[in-house]
Amino acid sequence: MSAALSTTRAFVAGYARDRIALAAFWMLCALLLAALAAPLVTPQNPYDLAQLDILDAKLAPGAQSAAGYTYWLGSDDQGRDMASAILYGLRISLGVGVLSTVVALGLGLVIGLIAARAGGWLDALIMRIVDLQLSFPSILVALILLALVGQGVDKIVIALIVVQWAYYARTVRGAALVELRREYVDAAVCAGYSGARILFRHVLPNVLPPLIVVATVQVAHAIALEATLSFLGLGMPITSPSLGLLIANGYTHLLSGKYWISFFPGIALLLTIVAINLVGDQLRDVLNPRLK
Amino acid sequence: MLNYLLRRLAGSLAALVAMSLLVFAGVYAIGNPVDILINPQADQTEIARTIAQLGLDRPLWEQYWIFLKGALGGDLGKSFVASVPAIDLILERMPATLELAFVAMAIAIVLGIPLGLLAGLKPGSWVGRTIMAGSILGFSLPTFWVGLMLILVFSVQLGWLPSTGRGATVDLCGIPVSFLTWDGLRHLLLPATNLALFELSLLLRLTRAGTREAMLQDYVRYARAKGVPERDVVRVHVLRNILIPIVTVAGLELGSLIAFAIITETVFAWPGMGKLLIDSINMLDRPVIVAYLLVIVSLFIVINLLVDLLYTALDPRLRPGHTTS
Repeated sequence: MSAALSTTRAFVAGYARDRIALAAFWMLCALLLAALAAPLVTPQNPYDLAQLDILDAKLAPGAQSAAGYTYWLGSDDQGRDMASAILYGLRISLGVGVLSTVVALGLGLVIGLIAARAGGWLDALIMRIVDLQLSFPSILVALILLALVGQGVDKIVIALIVVQWAYYARTVRGAALVELRREYVDAAVCAGYSGARILFRHVLPNVLPPLIVVATVQVAHAIALEATLSFLGLGMPITSPSLGLLIANGYTHLLSGKYWISFFPGIALLLTIVAINLVGDQLRDVLNPRLK
Repeated sequence: MLNYLLRRLAGSLAALVAMSLLVFAGVYAIGNPVDILINPQADQTEIARTIAQLGLDRPLWEQYWIFLKGALGGDLGKSFVASVPAIDLILERMPATLELAFVAMAIAIVLGIPLGLLAGLKPGSWVGRTIMAGSILGFSLPTFWVGLMLILVFSVQLGWLPSTGRGATVDLCGIPVSFLTWDGLRHLLLPATNLALFELSLLLRLTRAGTREAMLQDYVRYARAKGVPERDVVRVHVLRNILIPIVTVAGLELGSLIAFAIITETVFAWPGMGKLLIDSINMLDRPVIVAYLLVIVSLFIVINLLVDLLYTALDPRLRPGHTTS
C-alpha cells in the first residue's frame, strides 16, 4: 500500500516538474468541467429555439443581448450566444473523441492480442490489413468510409474507430510478442491456465499502460479529425453541432469580417487539442523508463 | 535485387486488387448499386436498360470482373452532373492538386530542414525552444482552421492576397500551371502555406531529432578533433547522414499532401481533385467518387513503391542479401 502510494507520489512529482505540462493539465480539467457543466453555466441553451432572438444575430463580442446578458464572444447568424454554443460543442467534440478512442483501443487490443497469440496465417492476414490501412492517411480512410455509408453521429464514430483500431492492433501485437516470451508466461502455462486467461489476465495488464498514453494523444487526433470532417460537411449532422460544425457555420461570414463565429470555436478546439497533446507528451516522458 | 523488385511489385499489385475489392464491396455490396451508379432522375425503362448494361442482374463475381475490366480500361462510369466520363474530370483537376502539393512540399523542405537543424544544434537556447513550440502548434492546429485564419488575416484584414481560386495559368508542356504567372503565384501562396504547415513541422522535428543524435556520434567528435570547421562538420558530416531518412519521409508524405489537399482545396476553393471529391460527395455524384478513390489509391501505391525502391537504392544496408555483421 505504502509502496503504491510512493509510486503515485513519484509519478505526480515527475509530472509536475514541467510547469507547462502542469498548466496544460489544469486547462484540460477546466475544459472538461466546462463541457460537462455546459447546461448549468451557460446563459442560454443555444439549441432551444425559444431562447433565441433573431434580432441578436451576428452581434460582435461584448454586445448586449435583448434578454439583458452580454455576448462575450459575439453571436452567430441565428442569434446564438457563441460562448454557450462553444461549451455545448465542446461536449459533443470531446464525447465523440473519447468514445471512438476507447472503442478503437478495446478493438485494437483484442485483435492485436489474438494476432500475437495465434501467429501463422491469421497473424499475417491481420497484419497485412493493418499495413494496408496505415499506408493511407486517416482523413482519406474516414472520407472514403463516410462517402460510402453516408452521414450521422453513429457513422462518424464508426469512421473514427475504423481509422484508429489498426494503430493499436499493431502496437499491442508488438508489445504482446515481447511479453509472450517472458518467464511469467511460461510460469502461467506450467500452472495450467488456459490460453485466453494468460492472454487477458497476464499479458494484457503488461501491454496496457503504454497504450493508454498513446490513446490520450489519439483523443486529440480524433477530435481534430471529427472537426475536419464536420467542416467538410461530412461529419456531425446539424442537430449535433460540434466545434468543427460551428467553425464551418462561421466560414460563410468570415469574408464579411465577422470573424468571431469561426474564430472562437477554433480557439476552443485549439486549446483542447494542445492541452491533450501536452498532457500526453508529459505522461509518456514520465512513464518512459528509458528517460529516467 | 531483381527478385526483391518482383516481390515488391507483386505486393503492390495485391494491394491494388485488395483495394479494388474493397471499393467494389463498398459500392456494390453495402449500398444498392442501382442507387449509386444510376442517375436518380432516370425513369423506369432507363433504369432497366442501365441495369442490363452494367450487368447488375448477373452474379456478384461476374460483376466484379466487369467492374475490374472497366477500371483497367479507364472506364469508371459517367458523372451524373457533368455527363462526361468521371475519370476525365479527375484527370483534368489533377495538375492543380499536384502543383499545390509539390509547392507545399517545397516550402516544407526549404523551411523545415534549416529550422530543424538550427533547433537540433541549439536545443536549449531560446531559438531552439521557440522553433519547437512553433512546431507543436503546427502539429496541433487543425489545417482547415489555419486556412480560415490565413484568409481572415491576409485576404480580409490586410487585403494582400486573394482567398479563392487558382488565378491565371499558363501551359507548361500542355499542363496548366499557376506558379509561372504573378497572379497565379499570388493565388498559390496562401493555400500552399496552409498545406505545408503540418509537413513543415514534421520535417523540422525529424531533422532536429536526427541532428541531436548525429552530433553525439563518434564521427562528429573525430571530425572536430581533426580540426574540421564547425560549419563543415554540420554540412558534410551531420546533414549528409541525416538526409536519407528525411528525404524518404518527404517522399512518402507526398501522398499525404495529396490527401490533405482535400481540406485546403475546400477552404481556398482551389480547383483540384480534392475539391472535386467534396463537391461530388455533396452532389451524390458517385461515379466521380469511385473514380477518385481508385485514382488516389493507385497513386498511393505507386508512391509507396517508388519510395521503397529509392530507399533501398540509397541505403545499402536495406538491400536483400545484405548481412549485418
